[in-house]
Amino acid sequence: MEVTNNKSVDLSVELSGVRLDNPVVPASGCFGYGYGMSEFYDINILGSISFKGTTREARYGNPLPRVAECSAGMINAVGLQNPGIDAVIAEELPKMRAAFRKPIIANISGFSIDEYVECCRKIDAEEQVAIIELNVSCPNVHGGGMSFGTSAESVAEVVREVKKVVTKPLYVKLTPNVTDIVAIAKAAEEAGADGICLINTMLGMRINTRTRKPVIANTMGGFSGAAVFPVAVRMVYQVAKACNIPVIGCGGVETASDVIEMMMAGATAVEVGAANLRNPYACKEIIEALPAEMSRLGIERLSDIIGIVNK
Amino acid sequence: MYKKNIYKVRSNRALSAKTWLMVLEGDTQYLTAPGQFVNVAIEGKFLRRPISVCDYDHQTITLLYDVVGEGTRYMSSLGEGAELDLLTGLGNGFDTEVECQRPLLLGGGVGIAPMLNLAKVLAGQGKRPVVIAGCNTAADAVVAQLFEQSGAEVYVATVDGSVGTRGFVTDVIREQGIEGDYFYACGPLPMLKALTGAMTIDGELSLDERMACGFGVCMCCSVETKSGAKRICKEGPVFKKEELIWK
Repeated sequence: MEVTNNKSVDLSVELSGVRLDNPVVPASGCFGYGYGMSEFYDINILGSISFKGTTREARYGNPLPRVAECSAGMINAVGLQNPGIDAVIAEELPKMRAAFRKPIIANISGFSIDEYVECCRKIDAEEQVAIIELNVSCPNVHGGGMSFGTSAESVAEVVREVKKVVTKPLYVKLTPNVTDIVAIAKAAEEAGADGICLINTMLGMRINTRTRKPVIANTMGGFSGAAVFPVAVRMVYQVAKACNIPVIGCGGVETASDVIEMMMAGATAVEVGAANLRNPYACKEIIEALPAEMSRLGIERLSDIIGIVNK
Repeated sequence: MYKKNIYKVRSNRALSAKTWLMVLEGDTQYLTAPGQFVNVAIEGKFLRRPISVCDYDHQTITLLYDVVGEGTRYMSSLGEGAELDLLTGLGNGFDTEVECQRPLLLGGGVGIAPMLNLAKVLAGQGKRPVVIAGCNTAADAVVAQLFEQSGAEVYVATVDGSVGTRGFVTDVIREQGIEGDYFYACGPLPMLKALTGAMTIDGELSLDERMACGFGVCMCCSVETKSGAKRICKEGPVFKKEELIWK
């Protein structure tokens, strides 16, 4: 079914003044810089794209193997491999712009306040970037992202400092590996964050029982995929209820029905991650299935259902 | 160009206790070079399984695979007419434009798989390919039969000496006095590392690694090379000998 043929439903949503044709956004790390996915389909049907987590310096990341199979999901420990902010701006963004005409979400990571500030200041100046998504939650880098995302004080500090140098809406992508997600989200909001994205991956581990060693060279990694969906829905619900800024829901989304459920929990937009890795057409299929799913559920405007479970 | 398609099993049989040969029917237009791979969706599993293309023509894809875990066990359970979801067109494949007359095609274990189509392509170019299958035992060496019609000269090495030359593929080269002028290799990492040290001629090697996507977006299979990080699934799986860094 072509989305454009269905005039009776409205899929558009708005994130801090940024209008998306639909709420479906490939999550950072599961779509590269977009242009590679154009070999499968025209990616301009997407709401937006959150690009691969970018740091100040180029990073190779963790040793191999970096991935392990799980029930209804996977564990990865890539370790923020990326070419560095300057190479992303000089080489990746032009290629991304050629393949994807819409505004994008810039996922930025760092190991110090200075690094976050410098990367965000640079990416903020890029016209195609509509929203900056601060990754304070990557569980793969020792002493890095994890320590920011697990403390309300450090999340607040990084948000305050970055806000001083950016003009674009600043979203914070939170780790679920905390005891009180609401306290962290509220700290981000009070420090000036324009929105929250959650959840990043859950810390997990697999052991090869034959070799008696961890499957992943890094020992532990981020667990994602359909298995984490109920946790993501729960955390989106809690955070959307407690905060007054938009929430991007992320975690285990595979179907149009999952998108609607995530929005009912309080998400304004929805990121799709690991599903792309098994089915490269996942986002396209979700977007194309949304109108029929909305009609089936009696939804005319998708934005009407945002956080409806809280109302 | 990549493509996800459903393929139908035409045949699927065990060649030995662990090695199976599956012939699939379906769209093969996105396969462009020997040495590419497909990423196979496994029912009930999240991650696809990357499997080297052994051979292909305009309507079939042949996969040679070892049953080593749940994914490949699932594959071995499929009978004629069963359907399988594959991503095709993945990886760079071997460089068949290299100037050479007598290329050596060196496969370790099931790493022999991509050498079948490669042998056919090279023989078709008028080159005189030599295939050497490195196996553990005579039972594993049944894969050499696949090369009877390939146009290549075929030799076998077995670690236990039960068939062919005792030892490794390099022992065959030495014992038979084979003078190759280029080599293509695929097999376990220790074999590829040893080959890189032992071979004085130029060549290229196909790497195998745990992957998630298979099409270059997740960065789960990146390897450090002399020209920076490369994705085994995208810039690889085949790399020139001089590109690789061995630790």
